Amino acid sequence: MKSKDYLQDINEIKHLMNKSSRFMSLSGLSGILAGIYALIGAYLGYTVIYRDNIISNDGYRTLVLDGKDIINVVIIAFVVVTLSIITGIYLSWRKAKKQNESFWNSASKRLLINFLIPLATGGFFVLFLIEKDIYAFVAPLTLVFYGLALVNASKYTLGYIRYFGITMILIGLASVWFLGYGLFFWALGFGICHIIYGALMHFKYDRK
Amino acid sequence: MSLLTNINKAFDHRIRLGIMSILMVNEYADFNTLKELLDVTDGNLASHLKALEKEAFINIEKQFIGRKPNTRYSVTKNGSTAFKDHINALERIINKQK
Repeated sequence: MKSKDYLQDINEIKHLMNKSSRFMSLSGLSGILAGIYALIGAYLGYTVIYRDNIISNDGYRTLVLDGKDIINVVIIAFVVVTLSIITGIYLSWRKAKKQNESFWNSASKRLLINFLIPLATGGFFVLFLIEKDIYAFVAPLTLVFYGLALVNASKYTLGYIRYFGITMILIGLASVWFLGYGLFFWALGFGICHIIYGALMHFKYDRK
Repeated sequence: MSLLTNINKAFDHRIRLGIMSILMVNEYADFNTLKELLDVTDGNLASHLKALEKEAFINIEKQFIGRKPNTRYSVTKNGSTAFKDHINALERIINKQK
């Protein structure tokens, strides 16, 4: 064996280690689209929430939400999340097929489980808060838990996701500090950040 | 030659090297997963697995999932050490020849 063969061995080892333990077909494009859905959703949410609210003399915005508004906001959020998930699954499936990799294997299962544990925890946490009429922390908590889910999932897919997750956590924390601007931070995190990181991933991994 | 002392003959094959690479980063892998990742035939994979088992580099665990037999493999402590030595030896050779 010559050194060239040894180098090839090392490359093959690296490739197999990645392929067997990480799901490499995650689509960057789906991140961009999810960001766009989120921005549209945030805009629609804004028109619902702030429709009848007038800025008071003190300069504060008083928020009056009736039951119908809340249902509308929940429907918007649900549509955004569902569309994002469908887009993510479809585009990643297509990418996996193009790369001749399988979509549903032990690596993608592990990715899903490790992503869902923090995410579902956050999801229930937020639902229970809404049930108790505590709305202020909904936006910060969804951002923080989503960020934690991404950091946790990053061990099982493209390593990039880790920095995305940390960014989301920081935005989530900032949004606790500046309480009351939840929708703004929500649009920044789920909208703008998704688009930026999706584009980075798309140019770094997808276009090979 | 001293450089080659740690090059392990047991790993001197693409498929055996592949099996070890997969098992090093996964707690365990079953036969079909290995087969799919390495893109080899049943017989070919089985013979290389047997060779690695004989060296006591991998563990074989047979179990049933429902009524289907399922064989899963994991790396032994011996195998892990031998594989790391092998990789280090490969890297030394590559660096020497640069």
